[in-house]
Amino acid sequence: MSAKRVDARGLSCPQPVVLTSKAIEAGAESLEVLVDNEVSKENVLRLARRHKMQTSVRAEGPDIVIEIKK
Amino acid sequence: MANPFASRAGIVGVGVAIGITATLLQYFGNPPNMGICVACMERDIAGALGLHRAAVVQYLRPEIIGFVIGAFLAALLAKEYRPRGGSAPLVRFFLGVFAMIGALVFLGCPWRALLRLAGGDWNAVTGLAGLATGIGVGVLFLKSGYSLGRAYSQKPATGYLLPVLMAGLFLLLVFRVSFAEGGPLFFSQKGPGSQFAPIWMSLGAGLIVGAIAQRSRFCTMGAIRDVILLRDFHLMSGVAGLLVAAFAMNLILGQFKPGFAGQPIAHTDHLWNFLGMALAGLAFALAGGCPGRQLFLSGEGDLDAGIFALGMIVGAGVSHNFAMASSPAGAAAFGPAGILVGFIFCLAVGFTMRERA
Repeated sequence: MSAKRVDARGLSCPQPVVLTSKAIEAGAESLEVLVDNEVSKENVLRLARRHKMQTSVRAEGPDIVIEIKK
Repeated sequence: MANPFASRAGIVGVGVAIGITATLLQYFGNPPNMGICVACMERDIAGALGLHRAAVVQYLRPEIIGFVIGAFLAALLAKEYRPRGGSAPLVRFFLGVFAMIGALVFLGCPWRALLRLAGGDWNAVTGLAGLATGIGVGVLFLKSGYSLGRAYSQKPATGYLLPVLMAGLFLLLVFRVSFAEGGPLFFSQKGPGSQFAPIWMSLGAGLIVGAIAQRSRFCTMGAIRDVILLRDFHLMSGVAGLLVAAFAMNLILGQFKPGFAGQPIAHTDHLWNFLGMALAGLAFALAGGCPGRQLFLSGEGDLDAGIFALGMIVGAGVSHNFAMASSPAGAAAFGPAGILVGFIFCLAVGFTMRERA
């Protein structure tokens, strides 16, 4: 099953976190969050940690992909 | 690669450092309970440039200059310098204008609200309550899909504009350039604008605070917003660090004077203290950062944050020229009208700028 993808590139704080949070609350078991800066990455990772979900980070061109799994 | 400033200990440490720096700047000459106040200091810069003619609040504050350049250098070193922009710049400009109008009805930005509280000025309590209320309204908009849209990468040189502008202001300050007899530039002979720490100390403090705040993402508006929106206390722990450190330093330096009446550069008009900061809080929340954070973001290349900061400086001119800025005697004649127009603007922005559900 392909993971749900949240494109939060170019969005200012806190929208990447709000979108990720909504996706998690909607019951997504695994999702990929696409961001384009370090601050958004840190914030999304902090959210995932609070939900006790597993994360991994990889680069995709100039962007950052954060994989989040239950 | 981990960023130590982004940890819990990091953000608390940065808050403590800001609290100590601000109270020391007061000790060495900055106005009382105004060691660092982004709104007041931008207002003083507007005055020095002649954008308003309130004679007591005119000085080119090196702290503001340092904030932008310090954040710029820190972002360059950390490879986080990334020019971007295009997320509703004109809307952000006016959010900056109205944020300043609200802040000058209260007489301070969120940083100064904390410093006023730490100095025993209990009027700050109503201001902070208003701030939290305004941010709470902003959170409702965020939850219902409010967005000013995406920013896009810009050419590398665009991000130099604001740091270079700030460097230019610093040169004007050092050489005290006079463009005409009697000014501009204007420098206050009395009042808060005539009270300042030594230039190099102010600049150094600004550079350090700018750098560590850029690394830690310190933001007072974000602190309250994240607690309300996400139950996340990360940024709030930095704010707590600032408050506790400033309080302790004020006790040590003999700067703690509790009470409501007669507080420096403050008034006891509780309703307008509350509503002024409520408007400012809403505008900060809609723009995504407190005035300090907007300066640090503009240093790292966020052109939209730069527009917000320029909006605040212009807003200071508007606020004083049109009799909206409060004085120690209380709210000014047109302060309430400014607040009303500001709320209408911010609510219109909140209701109309949203992504499809």
